[in-house]
Amino acid sequence: MGNIVEQIQGVPLNHYIIFCSIIFAIGVTGVLIRRNVIIIMMSIELMLNSVNLLLAAFSAYRGDPSGQVFVFFVMALAAAEVAVGLAIIIMVYRNTKSLDIESLSKLRW
Amino acid sequence: MSNLFILLLVPIIAAIVLFFIKQSSTAKWTALVFALLQAGLTLPFLCGFEPNAAIQFEQNWVWIASLGVHFHIGLDGISLPMVLLTNGLIPLIVLTTFSKAYKGNFYGLVSFMQAGLLLVFLALDAFSFYVGWEIALIPIYFICALWGSGDRIKVNLKFFIYTFFGSLLMLIGIIYLYKQVPSNNFEWTSFVALDLSETTQRWIFWAFFIAFAIKIPIFPFHTWQPDTYTNAPAAGTMLLAGIMLKMGVYGLIRWLLPIAPFGVVAYSQVVMVLCVIGIVYASIIAFKQQDAKRLIAYSSIAHVGLISAGVVSWHEEGVQGAIIQMVNHGISVVGLFFIIDILEDRTGTRLLGEQGGLAAPFPKLATVFLIILMGAVGLPLTNGFIGEFLLLKGVYDYGVWFAVFGGLTLILGAVYMLRFYQKSMLGTLTLRPILGGDIRGAEVLVLVVIVFFTLFLGILPNSILKLSEASVVNLLNQIKF
Amino acid sequence: MKELIWLIPLIPFVGFVINGLGRNVLPKALVGIIGCGTVLLSFLLSVSLYLDIKAARDAGEVAEISRHLFDWFAVGNLKVSLSFLIDPLSSLMLLIITGVGLLIHLYSYSYMSGDNGFGKFFAYLNLFIFFMTILVMGSNYLVMFIGWEGVGLCSYLLIGFWFKNSSYASAAKKAFVMNRIGDLGFLIAMFFILSTFGSLEYKEVFGQAATLSVGDSTVLIITLLLFVAATGKSAQIPLFTWLPDAMAGPTPVSALIHAATMVTAGIYMVVRSNILFTLSPVTMEIMAIVGLATALIAAFIALTQNDIKKVLAYSTVSQLGYMFLALGVGAFTGAFFHVLTHAFFKALLFLGAGSVIHAMSNEQDMRSMGGLRKSLPVTFVTMLIGTIAISGIPPLAGFFSKDEILAYAFQHNILYWAVGFLTALFTAFYMFRLLYLTFFGEFRGTAEQKSHLHESPWQMTLPLIVLAILSAIGGFMNVPEALGGHHNLAHFLAPIFEGSNAIGSTTLTLSHSTEYILMGASVLGAIVMAIVAYNTYVSKKNIPVADDKAEGGLHALSYNKLYIDELYDAVIVNPLKKLSTVLYKYVDRLGIDGFVNGLGEFFVGSGKGIRLLQSGHVGFYIFMMVIGVVAILIYGFFY
Repeated sequence: MGNIVEQIQGVPLNHYIIFCSIIFAIGVTGVLIRRNVIIIMMSIELMLNSVNLLLAAFSAYRGDPSGQVFVFFVMALAAAEVAVGLAIIIMVYRNTKSLDIESLSKLRW
Repeated sequence: MSNLFILLLVPIIAAIVLFFIKQSSTAKWTALVFALLQAGLTLPFLCGFEPNAAIQFEQNWVWIASLGVHFHIGLDGISLPMVLLTNGLIPLIVLTTFSKAYKGNFYGLVSFMQAGLLLVFLALDAFSFYVGWEIALIPIYFICALWGSGDRIKVNLKFFIYTFFGSLLMLIGIIYLYKQVPSNNFEWTSFVALDLSETTQRWIFWAFFIAFAIKIPIFPFHTWQPDTYTNAPAAGTMLLAGIMLKMGVYGLIRWLLPIAPFGVVAYSQVVMVLCVIGIVYASIIAFKQQDAKRLIAYSSIAHVGLISAGVVSWHEEGVQGAIIQMVNHGISVVGLFFIIDILEDRTGTRLLGEQGGLAAPFPKLATVFLIILMGAVGLPLTNGFIGEFLLLKGVYDYGVWFAVFGGLTLILGAVYMLRFYQKSMLGTLTLRPILGGDIRGAEVLVLVVIVFFTLFLGILPNSILKLSEASVVNLLNQIKF
Repeated sequence: MKELIWLIPLIPFVGFVINGLGRNVLPKALVGIIGCGTVLLSFLLSVSLYLDIKAARDAGEVAEISRHLFDWFAVGNLKVSLSFLIDPLSSLMLLIITGVGLLIHLYSYSYMSGDNGFGKFFAYLNLFIFFMTILVMGSNYLVMFIGWEGVGLCSYLLIGFWFKNSSYASAAKKAFVMNRIGDLGFLIAMFFILSTFGSLEYKEVFGQAATLSVGDSTVLIITLLLFVAATGKSAQIPLFTWLPDAMAGPTPVSALIHAATMVTAGIYMVVRSNILFTLSPVTMEIMAIVGLATALIAAFIALTQNDIKKVLAYSTVSQLGYMFLALGVGAFTGAFFHVLTHAFFKALLFLGAGSVIHAMSNEQDMRSMGGLRKSLPVTFVTMLIGTIAISGIPPLAGFFSKDEILAYAFQHNILYWAVGFLTALFTAFYMFRLLYLTFFGEFRGTAEQKSHLHESPWQMTLPLIVLAILSAIGGFMNVPEALGGHHNLAHFLAPIFEGSNAIGSTTLTLSHSTEYILMGASVLGAIVMAIVAYNTYVSKKNIPVADDKAEGGLHALSYNKLYIDELYDAVIVNPLKKLSTVLYKYVDRLGIDGFVNGLGEFFVGSGKGIRLLQSGHVGFYIFMMVIGVVAILIYGFFY
């Protein structure tokens, strides 16, 4: 166990932060610019995972396991989200024959 | 029988019964019977009333115990004239609709409104007062919106939102006061007993005053009124102008004066200026109005401006004048709006330019019209004079120049009222076909009753003044400085 | 009798109610009997009352009867009762009101017999008598005010009696509104009186006033306001234009209301309040100047009018101005004396004019008359007496009253006398002009009118004769000492002026020889004017030209009534009408209501605006969310 911690601590914390920020930014950009729903879902996963990594890194550096507990929560949540999200995407695809997110911009004034 | 609650119960029962009557004639007679019953039930209170300052016939029940809300009603010299006015005018207003094809729901709303109005006048608990204040608004909204004419939906929405806005300010004031009462209740007596700082009183003053000023209406909060009066059905206009306006003035006397005396003193100049501006301004506007209803609507703004000025003058003459003038104004204005309604019925128009010369075919109408008009103009020995005299006396004691400018109503009132009379009654008959003859049946009855009270209150004003004297004196004395 | 004085107003009121309710049912004869009978009863009561007062005065007792009817209203310290006070002043006024009123009722019976509104007319006349008696009988200012406004109402009703004519209805409205301007002055004067003296009862007010010093500023305000009230009711500058227009009413109305009684209410009120006015020399001076100006201007306008009633109307305004001059120079008795004699001869002249109009089939233009003295002998003779009386030629009534006024004016300021004298010359001229144009020369009307010419029936001529006799002998009520008289009227009225005398009122101190010169001058002037008028209108047949060939200069100024109506229209009426439109359209609708609606529209509009953000594009929502997150982050970093 301590081994893993040491492994993690082998990389400076700043690197984790910069790396995760980059991944998170990529996720955000993906969500913002892509119109394909599946890619948007993947981008969201990317964001979640960047946060997970960061949580794990902080947890290891501070010796506080609750960060890792949160990682498990996030993973469970991501799994649920993907399940529901994919179901919605399938229904949308059946109705519109399209995975374009703009195809459902009907919920407005 | 001397349980005051019965005065609220009868109209509510009447409202429920009337809502289920579909046939017009049955509804009319049922409504009339209930209204007369209610008027009759008022008599024991009038006879049993002791003209001393104390509140009589009190009823006090716990309503919502956890909040300290009581259902508390009672009668004193200030509320009694208002109750008499309400219960006296409603039968007349019902009678004025006898030529119309209204169904039970109309009369049901009228009765429901009567209950709300009476609750306002009788309430001694701020919560009950506020409930009555809002209850009275709902039926009149529907009366005007369902049976009105012209752009009624929009106009009524404005009326509703405008007055409701004022009510909410008052609600904030009430809740604030409620928080200040140590034992957390809404009792009028507890509110009056509060020892509020001057700054607080100033805030409380505006919270209440704006609510009342919109309802009265005092310049410049009056713009809902001409439109609403013009578009409402005749009976609705009578309810609004004859009784509902008085809620505001009554509120000034009953709630604002005793609760925030420092506020009233601090801002009485402002209010007085607004009232006097309103008198002159509305009178001048009334000069050139073509629509008779709009003309009387503006004249009404001028009249209530004087009444409010009398109240804030803080003199016994002013407050007494306000009370008797509220009764007088109610009587006159119902008569005038009814006459306008009759004229519209006969000629098909309310526009003064299209009427004229109607005294020749309608001599009886011309006569009663003139008497009621003289009451409105304030000729001595008619009801309007005593009120105007006392009000102007009160205003004079407050400030001479206010009385001079307020007194212009004497001249300007004569100008627009006589113009109204001339344009409709005098001159040569225009070619428009005239349907039906002179006044008859229920019309004669209503107008004769109004003429009777116009003269009766002019010759024997003491009959009302004596009722309210002790209460007014007591009110003015109990205000702390 | 003393207990029953309330019957004097009540009986005509009963007549009003009966005639008013039964105007379409009762036969004409009965209406007439009720109308005249009620006034006759009141007249008899007034006579007996007068005799009581007279007896008391002669015996040197207190000649006052007061009667409290009931408390009208009471608020706090303000207690007003309906109560009556009869003293020498009000008993004389009652005699005039009911006496002249009776004659005019009788006259109307015949004059109005062809009119559809016969019953209504009598009802209104009775109502007028009711209010007018209340006015003079009241024992406090508020009861006077009841009558004061009530007669205004009757005046409105009677001027607009033929309401189908729109311009008549407008004249009625004008009269009412102009009176109301004065009434506001009265009302505010009452407030001042209340706050100064604490009561409106004459006795208390005058009693306390006696302790004040001359020139007291409150009293100055009170008297000025009361004078404003009087200018409205008694048609003085600037509020006199309603009276000539009031001639739209039937002629008996002009005689009763707009000559003999109602318009003199202002003088009655000032005489009644003489102590207050004596305390305020400034008001007196203003009153004298206004009265003098009114007298002169109205007489000047009367010189060229062609409508027989208009001449008399302006003459009335002018004579009322005379009375105010008298009041202003302190000749209270003189003013009241002129009220009495003026009531006789002006009622006579109006009724005579009515008789002429009746005979001429409702023609009022003197240019179409002429030579009527043969067909209307009684009317001619009585009107001749009236004309001589008003011109101030002895021994008729006008001479004595006018002369007393001029003597006081002379003593006060010789300029006042000069203007008054000039006015007297004008008066003689226009009255003789009226007489000559109407009764002398040749008939200028249509042939049809000529065939209808007839003397009026006895109901009309009898009042003329009675009034002519009164005009002839009325002056002997108050013969000055210079002419060997005893000032009987002044002695009778003395208790009214006790308060003023204590302060130091004006007494005539002119020597008898000065008085003789003044009298001689005015008599001579009047006679010269009569001759000049004769020369112009009878010898040279200088009949006034038709309207479209109007002459220029002063004549046009006089003929067009100095353009005063036009001036008022331009300066007051039209700007007010414009203001009304502007206030309604721009201030009320656009301004205040615009603001209220604008507030509503602001919320509706902002709702509409913000709604657009709800575009339905998920990407946009997320983008906004990211911007929000970034903004919060930035906020967190920097603050």
